[in-house]
Amino acid sequence: MAQSGNHIIAKPSQEHDHGHGKEGHHDLESLRMMGFWIFLITDCILFGTLFATYVVLNGNTAGGPTPAELFEMPGVIAETFILLTSSFTSGLAVLSMNRGDRKGLIRWLLVTVLLGASFIALEVTEFMTLVHEGASISTSAQWSAFYVLVGTHGLHVTIGLVWMIAIMIQLKQHGINSVTRRKVNIISLYWHFLDVIWIFVFTIVYMMGVM
Amino acid sequence: MAQHSVDTHDSHGEHEHHESHGSLKSYVIGFVMSLVLTAIPLIVVMNDLLEGKAATVLLLASAVLQFVVQLFYFMHLKEEGKPRYNLMVLLLGLIIVLTIVAGSIWIMTYNKVA
Repeated sequence: MAQSGNHIIAKPSQEHDHGHGKEGHHDLESLRMMGFWIFLITDCILFGTLFATYVVLNGNTAGGPTPAELFEMPGVIAETFILLTSSFTSGLAVLSMNRGDRKGLIRWLLVTVLLGASFIALEVTEFMTLVHEGASISTSAQWSAFYVLVGTHGLHVTIGLVWMIAIMIQLKQHGINSVTRRKVNIISLYWHFLDVIWIFVFTIVYMMGVM
Repeated sequence: MAQHSVDTHDSHGEHEHHESHGSLKSYVIGFVMSLVLTAIPLIVVMNDLLEGKAATVLLLASAVLQFVVQLFYFMHLKEEGKPRYNLMVLLLGLIIVLTIVAGSIWIMTYNKVA
């Protein structure tokens, strides 16, 4: 009885509070982060498959328009730099969070969301122009593969936007705690990952398409 | 008890390290590098400074470098704790992706009936 009482008193003592509790918590957190890495890798495999499909079907235009005829690089270059910048600003959001600066965190997340939204706006405009110029998803294997690959990336970005807005609302309500901290870390990982995928879309689909 | 105390202290140090990962400096370096790695292939290819195989190699090399920059400067892969499970998962994924992509291209390049 006395022992257990002692134990209870001992628990919140500096050493235990400092070490044990936090360590167990940390293990669980890094396990959750690893879970998200595994998700990212499955996403990586999904995009790898779509890239393989695109490369294999590339050039099968069935007499329709070719990418080199229709791609307009200025818009695509703008999209690329917008996404690169948004990857950077999502990193700045994490830095604000690590300083405990909630306002800064929400502000940088907002900048990231706005950049992401303008990326999507540019992409939708591009798709509409392409369809207008006679390259829809059913035009040829070339364009089917194009819309599936680029569209899947766009869908990921859109989901990321909704997700990021949801986290901003949670940050407004609950502030920075261990749960919202993890969520911000994960969304920023997700966002960097989408930037990586876009770099390959930019290189393989657009740059090699117009070369 | 003393041993225990040392242990927890160590892991706490690691925890601190993990928590503080990414400085403004590393993000700025990563950002500048990714801008440069995007601009170089753009300038070279849009001005037709390189063509054919050389241009393809340059494009793919800068994309892969860009990937590495993002992993290290933005996604903090290097600062992961001791058993590097995230890195292992990533490597497994890359092997699968390379198999799918390279395998598909290879098989579709050489499948033409003579």
